[in-house]
Amino acid sequence: MAELQEIPLLEVRKVTKVFGGGFLRFAPTTVALRDFSLSIQERPARIITVAGESGSGKTTLANLILGFLTPTSGQILYRGVDIQKMSHQQRLTYRREVQAVFQDPYAVYNPFYRIGHVFDMAIKNFGLARNRAEARALVEDALNVVGMRGEEVLEKYPHQLSGGQRQRIMVARAYLLKPRLIVADEPVSMVDASLRAMILDIMLRLRDEHNISFLYITHDLSTAYQIGDRIYILYQGQLVEGGQTTEVIDNPKHPYVQLLIESIPVPDPRETWGRELVLTIDDEQAAPGRQEGCPFYPRCRFRMARCLEAAPPLYNLDSADHQAACYLYEVPTA
Amino acid sequence: MSFSQASENARASVSQEAAVLQVCDLRVYYDTPLGAVRAVDGVSFEVYQGEVLGLVGESGCGKTTAAMAVLRLVQPPGRIVGGQVFLNGVELTRLSEGELRRIRWRELALIPQGAMNSLNPVMKVRDQIADAIETHEGKQPARELKERILQLLATVGLPARVYNMYPHELSGGMKQRVCIAMAIALNPPLIIADEPTSALDVVVQRVVGETLLRVKEQLGVSIILIGHDMGLQAQLANRVAVMYAGHLVELAPVLAIFSAPLHPYTQLLIEAIPTIKQRKPLKLTEGLTHDLRNPPPGCIFHLRCPHAMDVCRSEKPPLREVRPGHFLACYLHA
Repeated sequence: MAELQEIPLLEVRKVTKVFGGGFLRFAPTTVALRDFSLSIQERPARIITVAGESGSGKTTLANLILGFLTPTSGQILYRGVDIQKMSHQQRLTYRREVQAVFQDPYAVYNPFYRIGHVFDMAIKNFGLARNRAEARALVEDALNVVGMRGEEVLEKYPHQLSGGQRQRIMVARAYLLKPRLIVADEPVSMVDASLRAMILDIMLRLRDEHNISFLYITHDLSTAYQIGDRIYILYQGQLVEGGQTTEVIDNPKHPYVQLLIESIPVPDPRETWGRELVLTIDDEQAAPGRQEGCPFYPRCRFRMARCLEAAPPLYNLDSADHQAACYLYEVPTA
Repeated sequence: MSFSQASENARASVSQEAAVLQVCDLRVYYDTPLGAVRAVDGVSFEVYQGEVLGLVGESGCGKTTAAMAVLRLVQPPGRIVGGQVFLNGVELTRLSEGELRRIRWRELALIPQGAMNSLNPVMKVRDQIADAIETHEGKQPARELKERILQLLATVGLPARVYNMYPHELSGGMKQRVCIAMAIALNPPLIIADEPTSALDVVVQRVVGETLLRVKEQLGVSIILIGHDMGLQAQLANRVAVMYAGHLVELAPVLAIFSAPLHPYTQLLIEAIPTIKQRKPLKLTEGLTHDLRNPPPGCIFHLRCPHAMDVCRSEKPPLREVRPGHFLACYLHA
C-alpha cells in the first residue's frame, strides 16, 4: 500500500515543448513550455489549477497530457509509465481514465447528431455496457451527477441546449468513463456567470464524492481561488509561481503574479485600481521569443542585470510548498 | 485611499441635468419562422454628459442589440419595432439613412465587439485613422492631419512609432487602443463600447480600461460600456443598467448596484461574481431563461425569481424610481 502511494497518478517530468524550427530551419522557434514539472497523486483527489494569460503555454500543457502533442524533451508518466511508450492496452486504459472537457461547448458537438450519440459512442468504444438497458442506466446515472435527466436531453440536438447545459453534458460524458483525472481546459470561460457556479460545483462534487482529480486550466484566478487546491502560474511557458491556491493568491511573491492579481478588477466600486502604474508598461515588449533570462524581464519592476543572464530557478519560500522563480527570493549563501 | 476617495466623489458628482442620449421604450424583434424573438422589449434609459453607463446582463439578454438599435445598425432579421432615440435632442429614429450616416462616428462612435480584429490588415495605423477623419471632414492638410493623429495616439497612451505600423505588429491591447483612438478622432459626445476588453488578458484589460477612463476625463465624452464582467463595471462605470431577457430591470449608481442591489436578478448577478477576497460556498442558481419568443405574463423574471408573488405572475412591474436616481422594475420594493 505504501508503495502504491509513491507512484503518482500523473507525473509531468521536466517537459519542454518547442514549436517551429524543424524542417524550416530558418523559421524562428517558440518555446511554448519550458522545463515544466508537476505531479498529481491518486488520493486524495485534488483540483490542480494551471493559470496564465494567452500564450503562457497552459493549453500546450493540456495537449501534451492528452497526447495530442509529443514533448520535445521530458516525459509524461501515467501510473509510472511514459505515455509515449505505452502498450495498446495501457493506452486504452489511459484514454479511459484521463478525460477532457474543452473550452467551447458549441464547437465540440457534431450538429447532425442528437445528444445521445455523444454517450453511445463512448459506451461503444470502451465496451462499457452489454445491452441497451445497461447503457441507458449508465447514461442516466452520469446525467444525474450533473443534475440532468435523460428524457430531457438525449433526444435533443445540440443547438436546442444552452452553453451551460452542453458543458454539463460534456462533464457527464467524461464521468461516464469513470476517469481518475479530467483535464478541463477553460471549462467555464464561455458560460454565463450565473451558470458558472453550477459547473464549478459539479467539479467539487466529482472530486469529493467520486475521487476524480482535475487539471483545471484557466486564465481566471477568481474561479481558481474558489475551488482550486494547488495552483501553478505560467508566464510565457515558464513556471513562475506555485503553491496552495489561497496562499499564492493572498500572498503573491513573483512580480508578475503580483501585477496579475492587482489587475483583476475588484467587483467593488470603492476599491478602484491604483492608476498610473500600469499605463507606463509597454505591453508590446512582452512579445515572446526571448530565449534566455527571465521571461518577465521587460515588464518587471524589480529587474536586475542578472535576470537577463539566466532564468531564475524555483526558490522555496517560507511557507512549506510555495515556490517562486525569481532572484528576489534567493537564499543568501553565507 | 485619497485617490479612491477622489474618484468616488468624482463618480457621484456626474451631473444629472444634461442627458446626451435618451432612449424611450425601444423595441427590437428578430423575426424567425416560429415567431418574433423579443430581444429588446421596451427599454428606456438616459446617458448623462461625461458618464460611463454600464449595460450588463448575461449573453442573449439584448444588451448589444439595444446598443446597435441606438445606432440603427440592427441587421435583418432583426428590426426596430418601436421606440425613440434622441441624441442631444435630435430624434435618430426619424432621420434618413444619409442624415444618419453623417451623425454616426461624428456624434456617436462605436467600438465594436472584438474591435481589434476589425482593423484593416493591409493599412497602416495612420492611414486607418486618417480615413475615419477624412471621410467625415473632407481632405485635411497633411501636416495638421499627422499632428492630430499623433495627438490621438498620445491620448490613448500609445508611443508615436505606432503611427507607421501595421496592425499585425501590435499586440491585442495596443490594437484595442488604436480602436479607441479612432473612436475619439472626431470628438463625439458619445461612444458605445461593446465588450472593449473581452478577449484581453487581465493586465492588458486594465490598461485598456484605464485608457477609456482617461479619455473620458480628458474629453468629457459619455460612454455606454456593454459587458458582462461585473468587476470591470465596478471599476469603470458611474451608473449601471441591468438587463434581463430584453428588459431593463434595474438602473442605479454603481455604488448602489454593488452595495445594495434591489432586484432579485441583480442580487443574483452580484452574488455570482467570483472573488479573490474570500473563499465562499458557490451560489447555485437553478433555471434557464424562458423562450424569448414567448415571454411569460407578468414579470419577466418571475420563473427564476426566489421571491415571486402572485402579482408578479400576472402583472408586469413598471420601471420606477424607488430612490433618487435608482430605478427598479420589481414589486418587492413598491
